[in-house]
Amino acid sequence: MSDIAFKSVKELSDMLAKGEISSVELTKVYIERTAALDGKVHAFLFKDERLALDGAEASDKRRARGETLGALDGIPVALKDVIAVENQPLTCASKMLEHYVSPYTATSVKNLQSRGAVLWGRLNMDEFAMGSSCENSAFGPTHNPWDLSRIPGGSSGGSAAAVAACFCACSLGSDTGGSIRQPASLCGVVGMKPTYGLVSRYGLAAFASSLDQIGPFARTVQDAAMLLGAVASYDPKDSTSVNTPIPDYAANLDSNWLKGKKLGLPKEYLPEGLDTQVRAAIEKSVEKCAAAGAEIVEISLPHTELAIPVYYIIATAEASSNLARYDGVRYTHRSDKAKDIVDLYYKSRAEGFGEEVKRRIILGSYVLSSGYYDAYYLRAQKVRTLIRRDFEKVFESGIDAVVAPTSPSAAFKLGEKMSDPLEMYLNDIFTINVNLAGLPGISVPCALSSEGLPIGFQIIGKPFDEQNLFSCAHSCEELFGMRGVLPNLQ
Amino acid sequence: MSKTDKIDIDYVAKLARIELTEAEKQTYSAQLGQILEYFDKLSKVDVSGVEASAHAHAMYNVWREGDVPAQPMSVEKALMNAPAKRLNQIVVPKVVDEA
Repeated sequence: MSDIAFKSVKELSDMLAKGEISSVELTKVYIERTAALDGKVHAFLFKDERLALDGAEASDKRRARGETLGALDGIPVALKDVIAVENQPLTCASKMLEHYVSPYTATSVKNLQSRGAVLWGRLNMDEFAMGSSCENSAFGPTHNPWDLSRIPGGSSGGSAAAVAACFCACSLGSDTGGSIRQPASLCGVVGMKPTYGLVSRYGLAAFASSLDQIGPFARTVQDAAMLLGAVASYDPKDSTSVNTPIPDYAANLDSNWLKGKKLGLPKEYLPEGLDTQVRAAIEKSVEKCAAAGAEIVEISLPHTELAIPVYYIIATAEASSNLARYDGVRYTHRSDKAKDIVDLYYKSRAEGFGEEVKRRIILGSYVLSSGYYDAYYLRAQKVRTLIRRDFEKVFESGIDAVVAPTSPSAAFKLGEKMSDPLEMYLNDIFTINVNLAGLPGISVPCALSSEGLPIGFQIIGKPFDEQNLFSCAHSCEELFGMRGVLPNLQ
Repeated sequence: MSKTDKIDIDYVAKLARIELTEAEKQTYSAQLGQILEYFDKLSKVDVSGVEASAHAHAMYNVWREGDVPAQPMSVEKALMNAPAKRLNQIVVPKVVDEA
């Protein structure tokens, strides 16, 4: 049964449909594998074996009656610890919410439940999704399954590591500035951020509301397409949710998509000084796409470099407002040293938040403060318009998809960048533009470095055109030969 | 937005309602100074006539129909995470001074 854990969602779904395995058997495979190996990886913050097995039993009973809720019925899915499930903990990897239990369920999760998916555990992350290495978790970092001395990326590091380590069939994460695509790249799995507004944010603990999106992690593009198709929906409970048709992405994948398509390669994404192995991997991948019939066009996204200041102004400003709710009064950690109500806010927040979260709240408060609002926040919003227009012009010129590295380097060592926040921020240069422009993006594994570490190939699509993005990624995946290449975790 | 602007860490920490130790104040001041210097790139961009984007796509206010909202959260659920509660209410330190 051991090789079962490595299979794709599609393969497992077919096996369940044919009765070759039961959901309970499958769920036990992941429970046992996680119990044996997660001590090394630390992908999970919370596991409830009984709850997962209850879900699996219910799925098996449905099948025994000849019923099914679809392709995900009985498939174990794990969630980043930022997405609410009623009566389950939700910590955001923060001491502030260490004892919090969700009173309601996120719409994305309700969608999964209505399709019979088995909820299996909650995954580690950077505190409040702020970070690029998963080292900002208040409960200790996650380790990269490819090399345990390295970071898995972040902020959805647990979600990426759990899929790479085959502790679950697939998982959900959230992406505000690359928090799905970058860890997917560093852990050698597929990670996808949908167009802003496609997946409901109801029940997603907010970091930067104009940027946050929930999205899938999986071991194949087809699996990611299945999972997104299941969680995406119009939701009146999220005022930024967009009412748009959700096609069956997985069923409509076109594996000959590249033939005759124009792929834009932005020169700003292959800058001087880019890691030579990343550059070589991207250039080789682009050559493969060309050999499959795609036309490669050098393009320019001239405002790319400005994305770092724009993002870190907008995201921290929104975060300083969103995280004001964690005040020690209603549902968070409360300091027992407070003299009065105001002191309660100061001390509860000082005790509850970690270093990076404090840094970002302070930065966000500063850029919004009187006298600086116009110079920072308003100006950043204007440059955000310019960044979006860069992409609009490219797509209007006939480019079908933009291709680029996902991350400027493969996974770095734990602790390597913790002392320099600016250097850590610069790590997000290839992913944050996509959030600022609200576009869909996906990372597909394309190569291993000489140290045996995965390198991701990022594809950026037109808004609400997830179908073409998935078809492009699926076609690339077939060329890159990385499907089924997994870490040797023992 | 010039490099000479020094961040008034006490004032900003007050806006953020976070108590900082002296060591934290020093660290954050230095780091934020460095980050803000990097942000200075933005001051050189010509943004005249450019509209500000609050979101990537046009977003409009969503008005609820004149219907009754869905089942509200029960008192028990609403208070389940309260750090201190009594008589279906959250207990907080005294807010109003005695006259």
